[in-house]
Formats: sequence, structure tokens, C-alpha cells
Amino acid sequence: MDMVNIKINGAPYSVPVGSTILEAARYAGIHIPTLCFLKDINEIGACRICVVEVVGAKNLVGACVYPVAEGMQILTSSPKVFESRKRTLELILSTHDKKCLTCVRAGSCELQRLCREFKVEDENYYQGEDIRYEVDDTAVHMYRDNNKCILCRRCVAACSKLQGIGVIGPNDRGFKTHIGCAFEQNLGDVACVSCGQCIVACPTGAIAEKDDTDEVWKALADPSKHVIVQTAPSIRVTLGEAFEMPIGTNVTGKMVSALRRLGFNAVYDTDFAADLTIVEEATEFIERVKNGGALPMITSCSPGWVEYCEHYYPEFIPNLSSCKSPQQMFGAVAKTWYAQKMGLDPKDIFVVGVMPCTAKKFETKREDQSAAGEGIADVDVAITTRELARMIERAGINFAHLPDSEFDTPLGISTGAGSIFGATGGVMEAALRTAADWLTGGEMKKINFEEVRGVAAIKEATYHIGDLELRVAVTSGLANAKKVLESVKSGEKKYDFIEIMGCPGGCVNGGGQPVQPAEVHNFYDLRALRAAGLYADDAGKALRKSHENPAIQELYKEFFGEPGSHKAHEVLHTHYSERSRF
Amino acid sequence: MANKKSAVPFNVTPEQEQKLNQALQELKGTRGALMPALQKAQEIFGYLPIEVQQRVALGLDIPLEEVYGVSTFYSQFTLNPKGQYKISVCLGTACYVKGSGSLYEALKEKLGIDGGECTEDGKFSLDACRCIGACGLAPVLTINDDVYGRLIVDDLDDILAKYQN
Repeated sequence: MDMVNIKINGAPYSVPVGSTILEAARYAGIHIPTLCFLKDINEIGACRICVVEVVGAKNLVGACVYPVAEGMQILTSSPKVFESRKRTLELILSTHDKKCLTCVRAGSCELQRLCREFKVEDENYYQGEDIRYEVDDTAVHMYRDNNKCILCRRCVAACSKLQGIGVIGPNDRGFKTHIGCAFEQNLGDVACVSCGQCIVACPTGAIAEKDDTDEVWKALADPSKHVIVQTAPSIRVTLGEAFEMPIGTNVTGKMVSALRRLGFNAVYDTDFAADLTIVEEATEFIERVKNGGALPMITSCSPGWVEYCEHYYPEFIPNLSSCKSPQQMFGAVAKTWYAQKMGLDPKDIFVVGVMPCTAKKFETKREDQSAAGEGIADVDVAITTRELARMIERAGINFAHLPDSEFDTPLGISTGAGSIFGATGGVMEAALRTAADWLTGGEMKKINFEEVRGVAAIKEATYHIGDLELRVAVTSGLANAKKVLESVKSGEKKYDFIEIMGCPGGCVNGGGQPVQPAEVHNFYDLRALRAAGLYADDAGKALRKSHENPAIQELYKEFFGEPGSHKAHEVLHTHYSERSRF
Repeated sequence: MANKKSAVPFNVTPEQEQKLNQALQELKGTRGALMPALQKAQEIFGYLPIEVQQRVALGLDIPLEEVYGVSTFYSQFTLNPKGQYKISVCLGTACYVKGSGSLYEALKEKLGIDGGECTEDGKFSLDACRCIGACGLAPVLTINDDVYGRLIVDDLDDILAKYQN
């Protein structure tokens, strides 16, 4: 690698040619604060928080976009730099709704942290015209409060570049510039897919999930309700972040203890339902292959992806697996088989899903998600990882010091195949494990399908299973999904089975996960760090194939009969419908 | 923020449709296609309502919000049609100090529209303009080619009445 010699704050460093000052400082172990900058997707140099002094240059320069050059001398902590950053913050505050006490992002707000670091003493230093905006709370899963927006455009970049959707963007110009939807429509009325990637990109409290924890507290306090909780595969490797633990730490045992202390009647695992999904989905796939059904079959676990398909690629609806998602399958089983088994009226069972995902809130309210009938929802409330963390905090539970405990049975029994659902490629691998076993009568011993793992944008593989040749593709993030779908549409690519996850990296990087500041996004790969925790979990399990899950076997024996049976279709499958592109 | 969908019903002729489609086909896939596409669309339709912007978004395969963002950034684009009678109130320095600001505000109220918009019946549209060179008559407004000067708010009803039938 070609290097250049520079000095930062007087000390010499040799850094790669083409680095920005921000990257060079990082090599030298010096942190330069940023606000608008998100690597690869929002390199616009707009907010001026990262300014540094370059000796000999007329003005301060933006470290996030300014490349280093041989002999460059950089000052990152000079009085001039500090003064400029402080002024910038004061100007941002002049139009910021400073309701920090009641803000959901208090403590994790990047603006708040910078104000503290740069010693902003008067939050009303600049007073002038100020536009007040109405809060847009029309979407099921989130709200936007432009009064707290600093126009960094990180949400816009997440929506248009990561996801290739672009339902939000800057409208008007100058002082009137604001982030919104086309023709000032409400977010609830446009083709937003509810993925929540804008929320985890936002540095302030301008965008946040709708908090549904009150409903959960209410149910927990109601003695007539049997309140059960399911935790999605990825939650066990992300919840710890909300309690200052290293990224990717597996906190399954503490999470179960915390949920039990919150007062749930039983603590169950969506991994169980993930195993169930695989049994149904593998059955569906083999049937489609053998009977000439619509191929490629595409997974339907990710509600953000499903919504995207309905809005933007309705021609692929026949390709979507008819399986409900694991969250919904869990609820469906809880209110049918489990209700019977426990002698409970499904009306009295309250199912809470802890999800990495804001689209799961939307999913609970989809049509045809009522296995018990009579309008009884399969899942009553879906809360995000962040909401669960807040519940744990509010209940005064010292998470880090909790003992480990285990999920309840039977809906808490799972295999390693269920765990990896939380990472991109996991559903494909889990399905392949089961399909391989079934199609070869157990002769194919392959457990690890390495080709479909990892954070690459699009992964492809061809497997020979029995006498079948299966061409599979795995992708995550909807901008990547668009590429895959276009290549299938044009006939350039032929696949039999495709896994698509709405969020880049899959659920571990979902829009409901703990928010990490931009510096973490910019310098660590959250997707890989969190996924590693899940693959380790899988590797450590005795059972790693979904159909070997004893609770699943019991469920079929007692209730469904065979995978893909009429009853299984009634309870575990659903349908989709085209939605407007605008 | 008010919904900016135009209240005036949108009509499109097959000829206009064909012209726009042709322009979009030519531009699709080229870098920076949006500005010329919007200019062409405005040339064809006179303004850029949601129906036109949706056609541009589909034709260029870009998000509608991106189209809208650009159309509201540049003052050369208008989201509303011009009325049968185009009212322009001069907000140049001389007119402004003589009270044209109140005329402008009063007209907004009387017509029930904001600056840049058009009444639902398509009759009146209202815009602010800069100096039209009639400072001696300040404050001034024009309705199509008619010029009215030395106005006070109380004159406005009589003036509007002339155009009502």
C-alpha cells in the first residue's frame, strides 16, 4: 500500500494514500467527531462538526471528506477548531426542539453528547426565526418529529441508498428545508416498508419507533391474561449492547431471567417458530420443485421485504413462500395448539414479540394473521430490542448481574438452525439442512453451508442434493434485493430458492436494534460482529436441524399431522396482496 | 406542513402523454436526467402536479420523493397551474414600503390560497413578483395585462369582482 507522511497534532504518522483526514486520524488513534457522515452512504461534508485545521490552508476543512497529502500538518484540537465546532452546535440548537428530558434518545443522542463535549453552555445562544413542525405519527411503526431534525440526511441516505426506496428526502430549500415525503404526504400514506433503517441512522430523537411498552405493562398487570413472550433469534446477541456490553455478546440466559422478572407467565423463543418455519418452508419448496410451482421461491420471514415486494415488485408475489413469519407462526401456535394443551381460551393469551424490527409492528396488524379466528390476533404486540431494554431499565433490573436461566418448554425448545435465522443466509442454510436430510434420506451429512454466510451483498451457490441441482441466492438490504430481482426478471439469472432479508446483514442489523452512534457504524461492521454471536450459538447446540427439534415433532404428532397438511396451511400460512407503488 | 397536492383537477390529453413518454424514454438512464425531464414536463403541462411527477418517477425509475424534492428546490418549477387570471403582487422595495405586503396577505385570505397556488375553479392564481418598473404607482399589482396602482386593501374586492363573471 502506498503511504504518505503527515503530522497530526505535531506527531508524525504514515497513512495510506487516499485516506480522508478522518480515517488517517483513526489510524493514529485520534477521534474526530462527526454528525452527518455515514461511511459510503452519506459522505456529504455538510454538518461541519468534523472540521480540523490544516496548517497553511485558508479555512478549516471537513475531515470526513478531505483527503490527506504528503507533508500535511493537521490540528484536530486547536482553539480555532473547538470554537468552530461549538458555534456550529449553537447554530444547530437555535432551531432544535430542546426537549431532552422527555426525549427517547436522551443519553444516546449524538447531538447531546457533542454539546457536552464541546462545552456548549447556552442552548439559546442564537435566537431567531424558528419553524415548528407537526409530528408525523401516521405510520404504524414509527414517528417523525422534524422539530428535532438537524438535516444531516442520514435517514435519507439509509432509505434511498441502503434500501433503494427513497420515500423520504429533503423538500423545499434554504431555511424551509425539511425532511419529508413527496407532496408532504404522511409517512403512513406512502410506500414506506417499515424497515426502520432511518431510525437507527438518526443521530437525534427526530425519528423513533412507536413505543408499545405501555400495552405490555398493562397486560402484565392484568391477572386474567396469560402473558407470554417470544424473543427473535437476533435479540440474544444485541440486547447486551443496550447495557454497555461488547457488540455480539450472547446474553440469552440473562435475557430470559430479565423477562421472567418482568412478570411474563412464560418465556419462549421465536427460534422454536423458526424451526417450524423451516419445516413448513422446506416442505413447500420441495413441493414446488417436484410439482412445477412458482420458482424461484423467495423467503417471507422479513416483513420489511414482504412489504417491499408488495409495493415495488408485485409480480414476484407468487414466488413468495406462503409461510407466515416465525413471529406470526409462534403466535398462531400459541393461540391454537398451546391454548388447547394448556386449557386456555385463546382470548386470554397475550403474545408479545420482542423483535429486531419495526416492520414486525406492521406485520402483527396484517390481514389474515388470526389462526384462532374471531379477530384474535396471532401476536398482540411486537416491541423492538430497544423497547425491551427500556422495560428492563424501568423495572430496575440490573441486567449485567442477572443469573442465567433457560427458556420454558415447549415453545422455548429450538435448534441451532433457528438461531441463525437472525443473520443473512441463516434461513437459507437452515432450509438446506432440512431439505438435504429429507431429499437424501439422511445420507447427506452437510451441516455448514458456508457459501451462504457472510455480509457480501449477494451470495450465490449451487448445491447437488440427491438428484436435484439447486441454485440458490441470498441477499439482504433492499437495494441489493432490487438487483437480484431485476436479474431474475431479465432472465440473466436463474435461481430455485432465494433468501431476502429487508435489512442489510439481516435481522442482527434490523431497524429495531440498539442504536449505535455513527462512529461505530463507520468503523465496525455491526452485521458481522452480531452475526458471529449467532453462528457460535448454532455451533454450540446439540441439535442443528429444525426437523430434529423434539417440540416440533410433538407439535406435528399432536396437532398438524404432516408438514404442509391442510391444518398446517390454515394456521401457519398466509397470502399477500399488491400495494401501491406511491 | 400543508399537503401540496393541487386542488385543481388534473387533465391530460393523449398528445401530452405521448410527448412526456417520449421525453422520458430519451432521458432514462442518463446522468442528471431529472432536471431536463421536469423542465420538459412543465413545458408540456404548464405545471408539475403529483400526477405528472408520478409519471416522471416511473419513467426515470427514481423515487417520487426525489422528483418532488428537486421540484420544490428550484423556483423555476411550479406545482400549481396558473389561473385564467394571473394575479401578481409586486413586493419590490417601493411597493413593499407602500404596503403591498398587506395586499398580498389580503389576497391570500380572500382567494383562500397561498402564494404560488391557484383557486380550485382555476380562475385566479396568485404570485409575488419583484419590481415591474411602475414604482410611481406603488403599491402595484397586475392581473394578466391589467395594471392596478396606488392601492389599498379596500380596493381589492372591486377589482376581483371585475373578473368574477
